[in-house]
Amino acid sequence: MINRETGTFKRTYAEDLAIYRTPLPKIAVAVIAFVVFVIIPWQGSEYWLGILNLIGIASLGALGLNILVGRTGQISVGHAAFMSVGAYTAAVILREFPGTHWILAMLGGGCAAALAGMFFGIPSLRIKGLYLAVSTLAAQLIIEWIINHWPWLSGGAQGSIYIQAPTFPWIEDGALVSRKMEANLHYYYLIYVVLAIGILFALNLFRSHLGRAFIAVRDRDIAAEIIGINIFRTKLVAFGIASFYAGVTGVLYTYFYSIANFESFTLLISIQFLAMCIIGGLGSILGSIFGAIFITMLPIVLDFMLRGVGGAVFGWDDAAASAIMPQWNLIMFGGLIMFFLVVEPDGLAKMWRNFTDYFRVWPFPYV
Amino acid sequence: MSNRLEVIDAAKSFGGVLALSEATLTAESRRILAIIGPNGAGKTTLINVVSGVYAPDAGRVLLNGTDITGRRAFEVARHGIARTFQNVALFAGMTVLDNILLGRNMLMKSGVLKCGVFWGAARSEEIEHRRRAEEVIDFLNITDIRTAPAGSLPLGLQKRVELGRALAADPKVLLLDEPMGGMNLEEKESICRYVLDVVEMSDTAVILIEHDMGVVMDISDHIIVLDQGRKISEGTPDHVRNDKVVIEAYLGKEHAA
Ligand SMILES: Nc1ncnc2c1ncn2[C@@H]1O[C@H](COP(=O)(O)OP(=O)(O)OP(=O)(O)O)[C@@H](O)[C@H]1O
Ligand SMILES: [Mg+2]
Repeated sequence: MINRETGTFKRTYAEDLAIYRTPLPKIAVAVIAFVVFVIIPWQGSEYWLGILNLIGIASLGALGLNILVGRTGQISVGHAAFMSVGAYTAAVILREFPGTHWILAMLGGGCAAALAGMFFGIPSLRIKGLYLAVSTLAAQLIIEWIINHWPWLSGGAQGSIYIQAPTFPWIEDGALVSRKMEANLHYYYLIYVVLAIGILFALNLFRSHLGRAFIAVRDRDIAAEIIGINIFRTKLVAFGIASFYAGVTGVLYTYFYSIANFESFTLLISIQFLAMCIIGGLGSILGSIFGAIFITMLPIVLDFMLRGVGGAVFGWDDAAASAIMPQWNLIMFGGLIMFFLVVEPDGLAKMWRNFTDYFRVWPFPYV
Repeated sequence: MSNRLEVIDAAKSFGGVLALSEATLTAESRRILAIIGPNGAGKTTLINVVSGVYAPDAGRVLLNGTDITGRRAFEVARHGIARTFQNVALFAGMTVLDNILLGRNMLMKSGVLKCGVFWGAARSEEIEHRRRAEEVIDFLNITDIRTAPAGSLPLGLQKRVELGRALAADPKVLLLDEPMGGMNLEEKESICRYVLDVVEMSDTAVILIEHDMGVVMDISDHIIVLDQGRKISEGTPDHVRNDKVVIEAYLGKEHAA
């Protein structure tokens, strides 16, 4: 059997520790990797690759936030602010030290964001839940304020720094050359390679002692402390990791748009990332990706429907549809969050699991 | 090696209630020290003071001569003191195996980067600790439920898993707060067996809180009787069984005569 646990016996603990313990998921991952890294780039149009790029970046950010919120149970509404720390750090590094490799700048952005995240995570020693949410809200506002008021840091009144496009090695006429990323296709590879690394890293974390400590702190902090887990340190580590992901996410936005811009990192964006975690499924890696797809696609699908349906039924022209679009987007956004909180608190990932559980026993659902 | 836990004149009050006063005891390897007393006598409070849940208002706690009074709970655990709770405190959504592995979490040292890469150091560390956790699972005869979510188990099994989580840490001192509460005779007997085996086969000193007098008299080497926060009697099971003060405390004055 390739899709059942029965019949695949583990003989060593190492085998039991493998991320995928039955053959089917391994095949599925290979197929997905093939589709993501070969089929889509080969067949995808520039338009769709652009959308997929946004989804990929958002997935990375949502994944990071989910490690903190879903796994460790520490709520944060400052995620976008930590993205901006990463974005501006990388942009400033590239501006001040023009020769720096963009990968180094990206790591620098991640590290700076991790430090900022850990700093603003310190209150989690004393406060939980809503109070922690308010304290991370303060982080969001403080960082936003700094970016808007320190022009030497953030590039003046518009709060934006333009950057050179990253380069990649390329073979042209038999010679190795350095090429600038310009097409969505180039960024697609950048983004999805980084996302793949981020997913692997998280999968590994979750099966290590740190992953267990996260859940222990989330579910019963007193019992966690009694068995020797340093709760404060664990929370700070979670803040650090989540913010590192956020920082790299911010850097990816910056590379993709060729500009670090504070408007990509407002409070509303923080809340959107929280929504991705809730809608996708708290604590779930797959859920983070589902959530990112959902929230990124929502305005696009809505726009399409408003124009199509609105045009056919109410005779709206493009201008009318565009005018009404932002309100509808917000209404749907709020409505969907409420829907998931009430109907399926475990999010899209749970719906997906129900679906696959069904096939796990197919065609004998009664065994 | 032999381990020794000493509590000297520990006191703790909550608001006006004196939950514990002048508590003095010594627990040692290869011995079971039982603490008994009526409800509200201060037994759990004593364990809370030792394990760092509360800092005592006065007195000292020494582990093998090291003063650990008032240390934070996770530091106390890292010094080698493990405990179970009167009301089970397992991680309900995690499997039995993960709960028991969590008992060894504090012994695992791989940092964030090693854990995230996993291949190599973090993996071999995980395997090494996994081996010990599986030994504990075998010892407690819970192999068949090792992948069940802890929260789905009946109370008796949950208490056994919690004992496993404490044992997995290879503690110097094991504090058991009513590990047989709510169990039937057979279940109690197997828990007694495990506790006796631990005492016999390791250097772990055991402090046992238990209401079942039959169990206490059977397996403990030394008994301390608390009432309203004070020690009213102590000695061998035989001594305590016949002590007038103890009978008074349990049954009221008229029965003592
Ligand atoms: N956190 C607390 N806050 C206030 N009072 C407390 C607290 N913990 C214990 N007490 C009080 O201290 C006294 C001793 O309680 P403790 O739980 O130690 O008793 P016990 O001997 O374990 O009883 P039981 O056999 O019912 O478990 C009781 O009067 C209790 O109400
Ligand atoms: Mg008690």
